[in-house]
Amino acid sequence: MLETSALACERGGLRLFSDVNLTLAPGGLLRVRGANGSGKTTLLRTLAGLTRPAAGEVRWRGNPIGDDYRREMLFLGHAAAVKDELTVLENLEFSSRFSCLEISESKIKSALESLGIARLADLPARYLSQGQRKRAALARLALSAGVPLWLLDEPFAALDDEGIAQLRKICAAHLAGGGMLVLTSHQDVEIACAAAWSVELRG
Amino acid sequence: MTSRLFQFAAPQAFFPIAGKLIPWFAVLAGVLALAGLYVAFFIAPTDHQQGEAYRIIFIHVPAAWVSMFLYLVMAGWAGLGLALNTRLSGMMASAIAPTGAMFTFLALWSGALWGKPTWGTYWVWDARLTSELVLLFLYLGFMALKAAIPDPVRADRAGAILALLGVVNVPIIYFSVQWWNTLHQGASVSLTRAPSMAATMLLGMLLMAFAAWMYSFATAFSRVRAIILERERDAEWVRLQRAAA
Amino acid sequence: MHSFVSVLRRELQIALRRKGDALNVLVFFIVVASLFPFGVGPEANQLRAMAAGVAWIAALLAAVLSLPRLFAADHADGTLEQMLVAPQPLALVVLAKITGHWLLTGLPLALAAPLIGLQYGLPADALGLLIVSLLIGTPVLSFLGAAGAALTLGVRGGGALLALLILPLFVPVLVFGAGAVTAGLTGINPSAHLSLLGAILAVSSLIGPWAACAALRVALD
Repeated sequence: MLETSALACERGGLRLFSDVNLTLAPGGLLRVRGANGSGKTTLLRTLAGLTRPAAGEVRWRGNPIGDDYRREMLFLGHAAAVKDELTVLENLEFSSRFSCLEISESKIKSALESLGIARLADLPARYLSQGQRKRAALARLALSAGVPLWLLDEPFAALDDEGIAQLRKICAAHLAGGGMLVLTSHQDVEIACAAAWSVELRG
Repeated sequence: MTSRLFQFAAPQAFFPIAGKLIPWFAVLAGVLALAGLYVAFFIAPTDHQQGEAYRIIFIHVPAAWVSMFLYLVMAGWAGLGLALNTRLSGMMASAIAPTGAMFTFLALWSGALWGKPTWGTYWVWDARLTSELVLLFLYLGFMALKAAIPDPVRADRAGAILALLGVVNVPIIYFSVQWWNTLHQGASVSLTRAPSMAATMLLGMLLMAFAAWMYSFATAFSRVRAIILERERDAEWVRLQRAAA
Repeated sequence: MHSFVSVLRRELQIALRRKGDALNVLVFFIVVASLFPFGVGPEANQLRAMAAGVAWIAALLAAVLSLPRLFAADHADGTLEQMLVAPQPLALVVLAKITGHWLLTGLPLALAAPLIGLQYGLPADALGLLIVSLLIGTPVLSFLGAAGAALTLGVRGGGALLALLILPLFVPVLVFGAGAVTAGLTGINPSAHLSLLGAILAVSSLIGPWAACAALRVALD
């Protein structure tokens, strides 16, 4: 259960939003909407514990977020966190091992397949297109079914129709399995789920 | 007690208090400086080796003392801000830094002016001058870092980390410079070996040091008031203040 | 502990695929040290007296040159963000980055330093002292430098600012590092210098990573 109480954030001395109260229960999807610069990314980074709120707090299972929270949360930001010098496979291996995910060769392979980049596995990431790079970053989701809370910043950006369909499938499976998902998105991509909320940020 | 302290730590509460205190500190600084200069020029005896030139010690030594003291105070405020997340602390650290840098520069400048008539050269690689030079670099680095980060809250926190890093290193730097100095030059050309200290000289230097301290309060408080107004320009109480003015 | 190993392994793997970066720093170190005689003249005794100072200052400059890259690439591609939200202690990650930095810059500099010593006519035992002093002292540059690199992360004019912040903190390392070699040359026992250098290493290994972690959290706030 993810909750925020009276959350407020500032950027460069400017108040972006205040008094944001959210509750997200297992199986729930939360969309963060708002114009450019309304603080969608800041809200997501605050939920991830990267940005310190100006007021209010984020709570996970009733406690202020801390070390335990990071074990149960996955955050994917704008930047793909994919290293040019490493192959797609090496990148995925490192990021999943680093987040303490259980991995095996077959799991990694099927994760790459689920995003349609299995044939790129041994290619250094510098040769990837923008969309392929995004897929390489998102492949970690296919290994993270056991991580209850996903925070995704613009996950559909740079993806083609096929990629969007694949990601929708992964997200829907996560929610159906009792996971929670928070995402910011410009596009209104339909995701099958039991309960969906949305929060609109206004400047 | 603590809650009272926290109350004054709010910029809004501190603003008028600082405003009331500034004239008092300014007057105290003036009176102490006059007394110190009187002791320096009319009471302290002429040195039989260095003649009258040594009297610059009444500027040089207090400036050096206060410059180091202010760095500690600045780091103290910065550390407090980092630990307790109080807004005023970072503003105080920002307000103190230029005054500290000014006294460091004054210590260097007066040291150079003292060196010329005494040893015929403006710069000697003396332990105190060299430490002051490094201290000036530390002040400049602190101010440059704060100026380079546009977000004031982030600038305060980054500056605090740097100030704490500096404060751990200042004694190490001071010690290493002392060590280096004794090893390479011997103590023959050294400002550190001042003429034998007479009681009146100590009195003069103490008076000047306290004058410098009071001056630091006055300037830091007036600077912190400007910083508070700038950062809280959108706050209700600043608007009321502006409407009243 | 396994995060330390995996981050360090990745650092080395990436460096191995971009050998130029580490190599450039090493070449810079040698070029800077080779310039001094052109400025001060080739008089052998003078050069011998300067040797340790020149090698050490070249090492400081090489370190400052290499430091901005320590976190910049990870910051730009989002890796750093992932390191902060990962269920791993950030201190271990930072420690692994620092270790990688030392293995790729400090260690090669220390091993290449005899080349400069020979140019400047240092006797054999002084060459040994130069290596030892650099082996103890260059980790300090990585520890304190990491803090400087983290503080200036994403700041405009970061490189020059980093130099301004961090070079004054390197004064003690320079004094005791170069001092050890000079002491050896003049027949003084250099063990006091080396012990003090070791003490500085101990202090910086505590405060450097602490400051770097705190500064990274601020930079990504």
